[in-house]
Amino acid sequence: MTSLHPTPGMGEPSTSGRFGHFGGRFVPEALLPACLELEDAFRSAWADPAFRSELDALLRDYAGRPSPLTEARNLSRQLGVRVLLKRDELNHTGSHKINNVLGQALLAQRMGKHRLVAETGAGQHGVATATAAALFGFECIIYMGEVDTERQSLNVFRMNLLGAEVRPVSSGSRTLKDAVNEAMRDWVSSVETTHFCLGSVMGPHPYPWMVRELQRVIGDEAVVQCRALLDGGVPDVVVACVGGGSNAAGIFAGFVDTTARLVGVQPEGGAAIGRGLPGVVHGSASMLLQDEHGQVSEAHSVSAGLDYPGVGPEHAHLAAGGRAEYPSVGDAEVLEAFQLLGRTEGIIPALEPAHALAWVAREAGRAIPAGATVVVNLCGRGDKDVAHVAALLGRPTDAG
Amino acid sequence: MSATLERALRARRDEGAKLLVPYVTGGLDEDWTQVLAAVVAAGADAVEVGIPFSDPVMDGPTIQEASTRALARGTTPASILADVRRAQVDVPVIVMTYYNLAYRMGDLRFARSLAAAGVSGAILPDLPLEESAVWEAEAAAAGVETILLAAPVTPDDRLALIAERSRGFVYGVSRMGITGERADLATSAGLMAKRLKAVTDRPVLIGFGISTPAQAVEVCMEADGVVVASALLRALLDGGGPEAAADFVGAMRAALDAG
Repeated sequence: MTSLHPTPGMGEPSTSGRFGHFGGRFVPEALLPACLELEDAFRSAWADPAFRSELDALLRDYAGRPSPLTEARNLSRQLGVRVLLKRDELNHTGSHKINNVLGQALLAQRMGKHRLVAETGAGQHGVATATAAALFGFECIIYMGEVDTERQSLNVFRMNLLGAEVRPVSSGSRTLKDAVNEAMRDWVSSVETTHFCLGSVMGPHPYPWMVRELQRVIGDEAVVQCRALLDGGVPDVVVACVGGGSNAAGIFAGFVDTTARLVGVQPEGGAAIGRGLPGVVHGSASMLLQDEHGQVSEAHSVSAGLDYPGVGPEHAHLAAGGRAEYPSVGDAEVLEAFQLLGRTEGIIPALEPAHALAWVAREAGRAIPAGATVVVNLCGRGDKDVAHVAALLGRPTDAG
Repeated sequence: MSATLERALRARRDEGAKLLVPYVTGGLDEDWTQVLAAVVAAGADAVEVGIPFSDPVMDGPTIQEASTRALARGTTPASILADVRRAQVDVPVIVMTYYNLAYRMGDLRFARSLAAAGVSGAILPDLPLEESAVWEAEAAAAGVETILLAAPVTPDDRLALIAERSRGFVYGVSRMGITGERADLATSAGLMAKRLKAVTDRPVLIGFGISTPAQAVEVCMEADGVVVASALLRALLDGGGPEAAADFVGAMRAALDAG
């Protein structure tokens, strides 16, 4: 099979962890040996058939993979484009986060580390990490911004039920970026016994590469499912939401060497690609919302999971090279899309993939030609967001 | 002015002195440059000025609080450097900040702005060896010495490389963790100093958690000196002014001189 695109796909980053100009290992000396150890461990595990088959078995028997690709017939009729939903919201724990976390937990076990720390925004990655920790018998500490512990209180309780300790973070903007800071502070103090189970394609090398590889199962499945459904063809457009960008990286990895147009949809208040400038935070160089002096700005989004001022370095690279595009949508459109999928398909999406749906709804017949085939990565389910959305829509839920 | 920091520190060490480098967050209060003058008068051999960053991942609650306060006052890298230039500090000044502030301005421009303010050294803790070469070269071209950090988990071969590439002095991190006051000195502090002294002739200073004169004396059994930050800032955040800073640094100076 020859690629129609001579542009580089999504291969391994350079030895310094670079995707073009982005990436790298901007961490304190205390963490550098751990980054090197992790890279070695991942490289050897990923090449080890025993590790791969153990992970595949976990993904199948525990997480419920493969996730289906569903024709959204009613929505397609309404929008005039053919929408296919990659159903990663059906995974155990309700999002794509479990794919990455099972891989990292297996790796932590291989490295002899029995304590996981993680950051979480919406709580989906925290829940997934707590789940894996319970399964593997690890201690688990989740850092979560105070603002997010309030708007996602159900997930806090869920993590507690799974045996994890949730530590609210009260510094800075009290959201995802500050949770990452606090998780890194924990890691620098505990690196000899602890694995930092980062939830997205960000952070120092090897994380952006490793997390993408652990998420590429989404794209690898989808490309085969599309082939079956589309008579051996590929979709015209592949759409996913982007905060840090792990679900997008996972599905893009399956389609980057095809003719499919790749679209990562950002929240308007967190559009690091487009509104940001090159910067270095949380271990890598990427696009970053910041002021003229280089102080990191606060992102604003209705979705806690996308409330992040940066973006994974590989996405910055794909944007710079023109292989993927990164438009943004506003909170109001997102709330519309959130409701639209429930009414038309009987599926309540998480607010994060509602961004991807909002872009499709807005651009159907415009940037997406009528009749085109669009795969939307439905990376999370909306249960966690129901109370929050009810409040935003002025519909009380505690009446009984 | 080249190699002013290392030359000054080596000269002091050769006189038999233990080196004392206090850290002050730039722009912390209206009178922060008076604090600088006070710690110099109280016996600092060099001063470290922190340019606050929004996301200081190596810093504990005390320096985070100081950074937040300084940023809330509208402090910028340019305003701090202008203050430093006006303050005419008569010991070497070292800037400690995170790399994004340099990256945003451009490495060379940032390095030149440090030099223009009379700053002779820079510490960027999120630039490990693998990422620091470009910055080190630009800084050297501007006449700024880049101080590299070593950590207790740094293997021996890396430690030697860090000591070789570091300029000004080598900064040994006393323990695995972030900045912050500690009641007890980690046993790793002395070991860190000993390992560094075995591979370099450059001044070896230990920092992170050096909170009391007794701890400074203990760590200087092996090290050439200490960096003190959080304990001093705690005094300032609790309402102490230049006098409190002078008392704190003066007590450390006296203890180090008494051996």
